[in-house]
Amino acid sequence: MSRIAGCFAALKTQGRQALIPYVTAGDPNPDVTVGLMHQMVAAGADVIELGIPFSDPMADGPVIQLACERALAHNTSLTMILAMVAEFRQQNNTTPVVLMGYLNTVERMGYDVFVAKAQAAGLDGVLMVDLPPEEGHNFTQSLAQAGLDAIFLIAPTTTEERIKKICAVGSGYLYYVSLKGVTGSAKINTNEVAKKLALVKQHTQLPLGVGFGIRDADSASRVAKVADGVVVGSVLVNALGDNQDVPENGCAQVVATLTAMRQAMDA
Amino acid sequence: MTEPVALPDAEGHFGPYGGRFVSETLFAALDELRDTYEQLWQSPEFQAEFDLDMAHYVGRPSPLYHAKRLSETYGGAQIYLKREDLNHTGAHKINNTIGQALLAKHMGKPRIIAETGAGQHGVASATVAARLGLECVVYMGVKDIRRQTLNVYRMKLLGATVIGVDSGTKTLKDAMNEAMRDWVTNVDNTYYIIGTAAGPHPYPKLVRDFQSIIGREARRQSLEQAGKLPDAVVACVGGGSNAIGIFHPFLDDKDVRLIGVEAGGHGVDSGQHAAPLSVGTPGVLHGNRTYLMSDENGQIQDPYSISAGLDYPGVGPEHSYLKDIGRAEYTAATDEEALHSFRELTLLEGIMPALESSHAVAHGCKLASTMAKDQMVVINLSGRGDKDIHTVADIDGIEF
Repeated sequence: MSRIAGCFAALKTQGRQALIPYVTAGDPNPDVTVGLMHQMVAAGADVIELGIPFSDPMADGPVIQLACERALAHNTSLTMILAMVAEFRQQNNTTPVVLMGYLNTVERMGYDVFVAKAQAAGLDGVLMVDLPPEEGHNFTQSLAQAGLDAIFLIAPTTTEERIKKICAVGSGYLYYVSLKGVTGSAKINTNEVAKKLALVKQHTQLPLGVGFGIRDADSASRVAKVADGVVVGSVLVNALGDNQDVPENGCAQVVATLTAMRQAMDA
Repeated sequence: MTEPVALPDAEGHFGPYGGRFVSETLFAALDELRDTYEQLWQSPEFQAEFDLDMAHYVGRPSPLYHAKRLSETYGGAQIYLKREDLNHTGAHKINNTIGQALLAKHMGKPRIIAETGAGQHGVASATVAARLGLECVVYMGVKDIRRQTLNVYRMKLLGATVIGVDSGTKTLKDAMNEAMRDWVTNVDNTYYIIGTAAGPHPYPKLVRDFQSIIGREARRQSLEQAGKLPDAVVACVGGGSNAIGIFHPFLDDKDVRLIGVEAGGHGVDSGQHAAPLSVGTPGVLHGNRTYLMSDENGQIQDPYSISAGLDYPGVGPEHSYLKDIGRAEYTAATDEEALHSFRELTLLEGIMPALESSHAVAHGCKLASTMAKDQMVVINLSGRGDKDIHTVADIDGIEF
């Protein structure tokens, strides 16, 4: 069983939901990331989504675009990020780590090189926001052969026909984008999310994570009632950005936010 | 092998290029657009509607003009200019915006958005929006807003909202990012008019189809006026919509050389250029796989050109394919060469070309000089240069 599958299975027996924080690797600088990952686990994170900074993050709002700019100002590269994952693994062999980003960074490294390095580093899953299942066939297969999960997005606009197609190729978990928009935009409507998740559930056994629009303990606990995992990103990234000159303060805020979410979700 | 003219395939691929590399939220909209387009483009009523607008609103056909003094100056092939600069709004961009606005109308979308670099596509979008009574929002990099003040004001006069984009390099690629973000947020009521033959399928195909009127006319006019097809067709390439428009109807005419001219900036070896086909590598950006300017880590590099309309780090996927199979050739002209041609064409023929088109003129003249007098070169004069007077005046140290 993959680390991700094991994680969700264990949570299910406890009747709990996964808390999945997203931070951009190398934000506000590359020295912060591995330590922050450990802190997030201590604060209750079950899976970590690590963003690969990209110069043109089209699916993200201004908060994550700025995080990309901060990370890129320190030349954070995919090679460095895989090294961060390997370093994290030296002390933590249980918490799944997923890389999330845009395809060009992986394409430029080379798909086979990436898969080999990712496997060696102890990565668990990959979510490329601009790689739909129909364009990602070969990549998805090589990930699977290396024991890595290919995580795909489902959106409010996704038709039932496409949901079937995505469920057939996805592994690890599915990431439901709760609203039409970019990361960090409007607030989530839990009722609408619940309706769509019920539809997705008809076509898959995979756990369903929900992201976009979750920014506090209250929204996290509401989403946890209808989903298997709660993804939180922009609010954490904002804290790191606001405190970029004193990263410890940013990390402390991330920990505080996650702790509150964890408590609310488990209450 | 599938004949190049029959591409893209059903998923929008030109060989390994093209495709649909976008986030999941946009798929339903892209499917809807593809289905609507495939249906309408086959319908005689839609074709008639498009043709009527081309004739009576845009002013087509645009002339094919034999530039005799320019030809004599270079002493080689006869140079003909395809006068897209004479279109309503002053560039080829209107061909595409008319077509896409008709799609928006048929799809019942009350709001259109567009990205723009030089402002020509923004003006063309604002123009068709005004005419159809649609709300229009144009995204434009703040660097481009500074160097194209005239077009910004034109768009505002036309009732459009121009939103300055302050992220990244503050140019065309960032405007495109921002337009994509708007579209993903307002996908239910919004039609995104992409201005060039790039982006996710079906955009490269439909933009090419709307722009191919340039090549169909140029081919017919060459036969009428010169009694033969040209030996070479030359066009500037930013995203590549005017180039693919004039190239495509000539694809099966294997003896006609097709030459795209990218923005060489300060020279393709200087690192300051916008020439992905000349010195780039394949990658994925803005919804398609194509040649890109990206560094060894896959980050998109800052393009540079004196002309805002060519200042883009990618290129339409069909050009990438035509390059690889050798059906079209791609080269670059520098800022300096383009400026020289801007002045020369103005003085010799009384035609002031856009700085974008000046790149094609520069290479076309160079090429003509190596050819025989009974040969023929068609240069696509994709736009007029009024919008660039400020840029050239600045270089001349003249203040208004």
